[in-house]
Amino acid sequence: MEAAMDLMRRMPPSLSQQALDSLLALLPAHSSQLLSRSDQPLQVAWDEEFDKDYLLCDYNRDGDSYRSPWSSKYKPELEDGVQPSAELRKLEQEANEVFSIYRDQYYEGGISSVYVWEPEDGKGFAACVLIKKDGSDAGDGRRGLLQEGSWDAIHVIEVKEDEDHQFGHYCLTSTVMLALTTANQSSGPFSLSGSITRQMESDLSIENGHLCNIGRLVEEMESKLRNGLDQVYFGKTKEVVFTLREPLGVMSATSHVGQSLQRMIVNDLGRSR
Amino acid sequence: MEDRISEEDEYEELADDQKVAIGKWFLLNAPPGQVSQVAKDVREVLMDERLYDQAAKEAFPEYNVKNMISLEMPDGSGQVLLTEFGQLDRSRYLDPRTASVAVVDHVKQVCTEVRPADDEDLPSAYVEGFRFSVDAALMKYVDDAFQGGECSVYCTKGKDVEKSGGEFELTVVICNSSYSPKNFRGGCWQSVWRVLINEELRTATLQGTISVNAHYFEEGNVQLESSRKFNDTVTLQDGKDAGTTIVHVIEHLESVYLSSLEVMVKSLFEVDAVWL
Repeated sequence: MEAAMDLMRRMPPSLSQQALDSLLALLPAHSSQLLSRSDQPLQVAWDEEFDKDYLLCDYNRDGDSYRSPWSSKYKPELEDGVQPSAELRKLEQEANEVFSIYRDQYYEGGISSVYVWEPEDGKGFAACVLIKKDGSDAGDGRRGLLQEGSWDAIHVIEVKEDEDHQFGHYCLTSTVMLALTTANQSSGPFSLSGSITRQMESDLSIENGHLCNIGRLVEEMESKLRNGLDQVYFGKTKEVVFTLREPLGVMSATSHVGQSLQRMIVNDLGRSR
Repeated sequence: MEDRISEEDEYEELADDQKVAIGKWFLLNAPPGQVSQVAKDVREVLMDERLYDQAAKEAFPEYNVKNMISLEMPDGSGQVLLTEFGQLDRSRYLDPRTASVAVVDHVKQVCTEVRPADDEDLPSAYVEGFRFSVDAALMKYVDDAFQGGECSVYCTKGKDVEKSGGEFELTVVICNSSYSPKNFRGGCWQSVWRVLINEELRTATLQGTISVNAHYFEEGNVQLESSRKFNDTVTLQDGKDAGTTIVHVIEHLESVYLSSLEVMVKSLFEVDAVWL
């Protein structure tokens, strides 16, 4: 199992779906672990009753069926599919409304889904907020540059209340998956894809309710991730390319040629004394 | 999150050849510098030494050539680059620089023997003159611009051509791959330049493909993939070394590519910020 997870981490992000499918075929006994531990771009299903899309993940799955956050019904149908308690279902419904507005505000389109459940230890509750946006030509994208452009965000929050029920302890683990491919111009095919994960913990007063706090934390996290994207996705990968092939003609101290030039000058200075 | 116990508790077992195919797929797609770790994992998930050996036997020759692996030649004469252009058969590769043939064990990624090449595998003295000149200029360029990079120049067409005997083609190959787990990064640059030389017309026509793959995996897993084709023609002037002229064009186009990558990355970020 650990070998399987290591393979998932090493395979290029563009092949991660295929890698997961291969491992599921090879190790069917480990399928639930594989599915819950690996991040894949979110798949979409349609809720006929509410006329809305919803997102699929391990947290709304029961066997091979997935529960809609709108109707709370499973598709394919399941007679005795797992359902959240009445209290948690109410929170879940509210959360979906709130994040729908959030999504519209920040993403101007896209799909969101929130699922709430009771963790195994029975203390507090957990929720996941999922957002998917397709920014390509085919999707809601504005610019024609992108042939393929998708953003998938998965936020998992664990919430525990203190004894006096005054404060909540929130533990947020977020993963954003981004895939960008340019349309084939004279510059040739170019793609940038992958995921970054961050964690955040916070203690907040519950006077305005949990949902308010969760909303705030997710908003803060997404903003951090969006800024981190520039640094990680674009900055770091560009840096990697530059270590493979140096930009010549730029005599910086950090370049290979720059360094040997610097050494030469220092030697010359030493000799002239 | 929930699993149901199905009516048949047994899972459908894959056939041996399907398992080998999966093992082979993982090996072939191992990122630069990580094939031995991937091999270790594949061994474990296949849970069958025999199947792993089969997958390795099939995957490694392809992997080594696709990734232009370079191996140390046991006679101390340097590294041999494993490419399709120098491939004489499944385990023998020509090193034009030393005019020798390297015998390799693909799975172990080791060069086991080096022999001088047969005359029939080598170009004419006339063509070799050009090949040598390009190789010399290329080595200097690669030394300056690619830290740890390897390169080679092959004659891929018209190797028996003599002076005023027509065109011949040299193929220039540059490969630089790196993997630094402590810096959470890895990547590979490959350029293949087909150079058609026509001495009568005094032209060298270049057709090149540069492919880059960059991988960064601190707190995540991000990959950049890009490739681009180039075409150019240059005049070979009297008194000017052909090799220097040709490599100069390559150097220029590769620099153009590098800056275009930077522009591409920047513009994508702007798009990203707009629609999100």
